[in-house]
Amino acid sequence: MAAHESRLRISREGPVTQIEFLDRNILDEANIQAIGEEIGQIIDETGEPKLLISFSNVDHLSSAALGALITINKRVNDKSGALRLADIDPQIYEVFTITRLDKLFQIHENRDDALSSF
Amino acid sequence: MSDEQHIPGATVTRLEHDRAQIEALEDRLFAEIEDSGFPTSSQFAIRLALEEAVTNAFVHGNKNAAGSDITVEYAVEPGRVCIAVEDRGQGFDPDNVPDPTLEENLHKPSGRGLMLIKSYMTRVWHNKAGNKLMMCYERPDATS
Repeated sequence: MAAHESRLRISREGPVTQIEFLDRNILDEANIQAIGEEIGQIIDETGEPKLLISFSNVDHLSSAALGALITINKRVNDKSGALRLADIDPQIYEVFTITRLDKLFQIHENRDDALSSF
Repeated sequence: MSDEQHIPGATVTRLEHDRAQIEALEDRLFAEIEDSGFPTSSQFAIRLALEEAVTNAFVHGNKNAAGSDITVEYAVEPGRVCIAVEDRGQGFDPDNVPDPTLEENLHKPSGRGLMLIKSYMTRVWHNKAGNKLMMCYERPDATS
């Protein structure tokens, strides 16, 4: 089986790993699983992972994507790390509020605010 | 409409659990929706609900069985879009789904699909067996 091509852009800002999505739609279950595994590997390889996930390119996401974020959040917390979400479009932010997941995640308006919060 | 078991005048498609097929159907559907002048906010709502319904049908309805398919019906009118998604499973009780917004369920990675469908679509109902979901979205600014 061919390796799943990464759908993420990953960069480092000091101790913070910044993650952006290459796809505008985070809907496909296979892609979401691959994204979860890739971010999981970053978490596994880092002592106290500090992750910033930017949604600047994202137009649509599904509840499966929310589920992957919940799992990522738990794994980060289990390693005494920190997760921030940023650059979320208002329509997508509404999905977080409808599901009350805005209470579970630390969500910032933009990347700079999120970086300052670590 | 909420007692109907089929969408009148609908385009009917069988879908396998294949991303390309799902996206091809969405391309056709959203071309009609856009031609009918639905705003992007409406398109966002309908796309999310359709994706959740299709995923639920394959994952929960068909139990991810290899080679299984679902049936999707859709009809686009100037002020309303109606969609039906039917799986091949035994059905379920849609009134017996845990509330994913409760504190004890917030950390669970699944269980939000039906709630999102009901939040974004104007009307949602199921057939008696529970293996067919029907939903309609009515444009907020449409006149009857």
